[in-house]
Amino acid sequence: MLGRLSWSAVPFDQPIVMGTCGTIVVVLLALGTLITVKGWWSYLWREWITSVDHKRIGVMYMVLGLVMLLRGFADAIMMRTQLALAAGQAAGYLPPEHYNQIFSAHGTIMIFFVAMPFVIGLMNFALPLQLGVRDVAFPVLNSVSFWLTTSGVLLVNLSLFVGEFARTGWLAYPPLSELAYSPGVGVDYYLWSLQLSGIGTLLSGINLTTTILKLRAPGMGYLRMPIFCWTSLASNLLIVAAFPVLTATFAMLLLDRYADFHFFTNELGGNPMMYINLIWIWGHPEVYILMLPVFGVFSEVVATFSGKPLFGYRSMVAATMAICVLSFIVWLHHFFTMGGGGDVNGFFGIATMIIAVPTGVKVFNWMFTMYGGRVRFTVPVYWTLGFIVTFVIGGMTGVLMAIPPADFVLHNSLFLIAHFHNVAIGGVVFGVMAGISYWFPKAFGFTLNERLGKAVFWCWFVGFFLAFMPLYALGLMGATRRMQHYPNTHWQPLMLVALAGAVVILIGIVLTVAQIAVSIRDRRANRDTTGDPWNGRTLEWSIPSPPPAWNFSVLPSVEQTDAYWEMKKTGAVRRPLPGPFVAVHVPRNTPVGIFIAFFAVILGFALIWRIEWLAALGLLGAIAVALRESWKTDREELIPAREVAAYERSHAPESALATTAVSEASFEVGHTPSVRVAAGGGS
Amino acid sequence: MSAGEGVLQGLSGVPLALRGPAPARVVAGFGFWLFLLSDIIMFAGLFAAYAVLSGATAGGPTGPELFEKPRVFLETLCLLASSVTCGFGTIAMFRANARAMYLWMGMTFLLGVCFLTIEGREFASMVAAGAGPSHSAFLSAFFALVGTHGLHVSMGLIWLIVMMLQVATLGFQPMVIRRLYCFGLFWHALDIVWIGVFTIVYLGAR
Repeated sequence: MLGRLSWSAVPFDQPIVMGTCGTIVVVLLALGTLITVKGWWSYLWREWITSVDHKRIGVMYMVLGLVMLLRGFADAIMMRTQLALAAGQAAGYLPPEHYNQIFSAHGTIMIFFVAMPFVIGLMNFALPLQLGVRDVAFPVLNSVSFWLTTSGVLLVNLSLFVGEFARTGWLAYPPLSELAYSPGVGVDYYLWSLQLSGIGTLLSGINLTTTILKLRAPGMGYLRMPIFCWTSLASNLLIVAAFPVLTATFAMLLLDRYADFHFFTNELGGNPMMYINLIWIWGHPEVYILMLPVFGVFSEVVATFSGKPLFGYRSMVAATMAICVLSFIVWLHHFFTMGGGGDVNGFFGIATMIIAVPTGVKVFNWMFTMYGGRVRFTVPVYWTLGFIVTFVIGGMTGVLMAIPPADFVLHNSLFLIAHFHNVAIGGVVFGVMAGISYWFPKAFGFTLNERLGKAVFWCWFVGFFLAFMPLYALGLMGATRRMQHYPNTHWQPLMLVALAGAVVILIGIVLTVAQIAVSIRDRRANRDTTGDPWNGRTLEWSIPSPPPAWNFSVLPSVEQTDAYWEMKKTGAVRRPLPGPFVAVHVPRNTPVGIFIAFFAVILGFALIWRIEWLAALGLLGAIAVALRESWKTDREELIPAREVAAYERSHAPESALATTAVSEASFEVGHTPSVRVAAGGGS
Repeated sequence: MSAGEGVLQGLSGVPLALRGPAPARVVAGFGFWLFLLSDIIMFAGLFAAYAVLSGATAGGPTGPELFEKPRVFLETLCLLASSVTCGFGTIAMFRANARAMYLWMGMTFLLGVCFLTIEGREFASMVAAGAGPSHSAFLSAFFALVGTHGLHVSMGLIWLIVMMLQVATLGFQPMVIRRLYCFGLFWHALDIVWIGVFTIVYLGAR
């Protein structure tokens, strides 16, 4: 009746796990009570949960990423503490089987449920605004994607309470992940949660690619798109091309585990190395799926705050697309030790070094953009500068490991761990933080607290170097990854420094929460009344903050790159918009996304625990919801022209400030006035 | 749909990329093409696995011993013919000729059922002869690849039933036409994948 599920699945005997579960339950109950007492449920349901507005969905992705960052970071600091203690005879406080689950969960969560939601959230929020259109190509599908990602998140977190998580590392290599060596439900939790969220990601990729290629404001040819749109296009093309490989690979492992197939087993002709090849054919493009959009964020930030057009726009586009293609021919550098032979390793080693070239082009472009500009040192610029320094170091250690003989020494050592955290934190995390502080005022209508924002930056920056530079050294000394204790007590001082770094990052995370709280408290003082708080260059800054549901009352007409900058320069910006206004169609909100996700969680849970009838119920439920939705004909809401006109009138006086007051002189290179001067109208 | 009003008028001389948001039918079709590409890449993963494992028979039966090419040829004819009837059905749909559309799509459905029946019997006879998917890596890869295609055909048939019900209840609305058009794309894509299966798996077994 209940498959493999019983009370013994709940780890009552493990105080750490039960303590964590208790805390989570208490927090959720407190949150639920607060929402109930305040009567916010219906607001949340109407305006957020069932929303198909790309801006709302984008914000929800960011919240999801932030919450999961807390979870993933808790895992990180537990590992660092364990390794700071477990030297010589000491065993530390985490038994090996628990430690193995922690490092597996940390990697899985940070990539799939922190970095991916963050990056997809930024793209969801900013793309339609930058493209000058009213929504993504398939708004309802967008909601389904988000909620499927959430189903994956739910299953991963459920594995804490009920059962266990994988002990196999974040990519679940066979034969260890096969039923013979991992008979528990841990790997099944891993596989099903990633299959569900993977469907969501694939649908997002299709949705956003279609949006960029088919929905742009009139006049916005490909080479007039903001650079963030280009890097997002490359990223989403990679999603469409790479995620199906992940789906197929996981499907094969699932068949091995559930139906006694022999794709990756040790016996009957199975080939475990094939899994490792296939998973990295997805995995290396995945690195760029995460990196490329944040490259776009840095490009926007650098151009905006230097008051200059991006240096080498076309070379940036070419570099982006070159990375997009090359990312598919470097996968083997993750396992030179496979023994593919000199020719194979040589090819992939050289391909890996070549992919560093377009990345180098980008770094020089950012620096030349700042050169000769009057850079305003805001929080996003701090993140960008920190990124350039950190990422160049991480990139160079990557090129070092692209040399196969060097990799034979460094493979699976802490040097590798230091390298990929160097690019993942220095690249993706810094970029996401830059993106959050850059677009936050657009999303909510007020800016984030700068002082705390800079404090957060310094914590992450200093914390990162403290935490990971020692790992480079430890790796060269021979310390391996996934190590639960070590006999050599000489390593301990460096491990303690790394723990100190993790604590500094923890302070940064706490300060992020404080920053958001303080900014909400001071929101009246920090209101963005102009819609253009940074003196921006792209179309999202031409509309009020936060934008209306339909984004653009009149679709803008684009004649150049940096469309909004050109409009300001030529005085083409009129507030209030003169009209004439026409009625706008917006898609109606629908709960289909959360309903499908609800049944998907049931399906995943039932499959993990082998409860056949419940799995059938989950599958049929999801299909029934989709069918019901497909018969709906009344999918759009019409906002009458009168209402659009009224909105424009009521938002005009505030929007007028920034746009009319910028004089011609201020557009000369190096003489861009700061925001307040521009907004004050003094010039 | 929501973002396209008015911008297409008087733009015939303007390059396509500059014309502003595309109409809903174009957007839906394009999105579905992308989905098909991703689906074909998923098949590429299964094909790659088959290519790697096709010789890994673990001392068990091999392809040439198991495959009956005449039967597979008949199976192939059914599927290819169903693509032709599906094409005629799509033309009838664009002409809003409901009777012809039902007729052609009905034939498509029957041919699809024939295909699945032949495939099902092949699978059943292999399993009965002790050549099920758990006997060797080669058989695992075979059943997974061919079975995934069969699963796609089955889902296509269910989709076709749903679409016929939608035409019956909702009529030839733009929304229904868009979906039926996408169904046609899906059905033809399954043909393309099958040609790969036929060539690599069956003809390749020597």
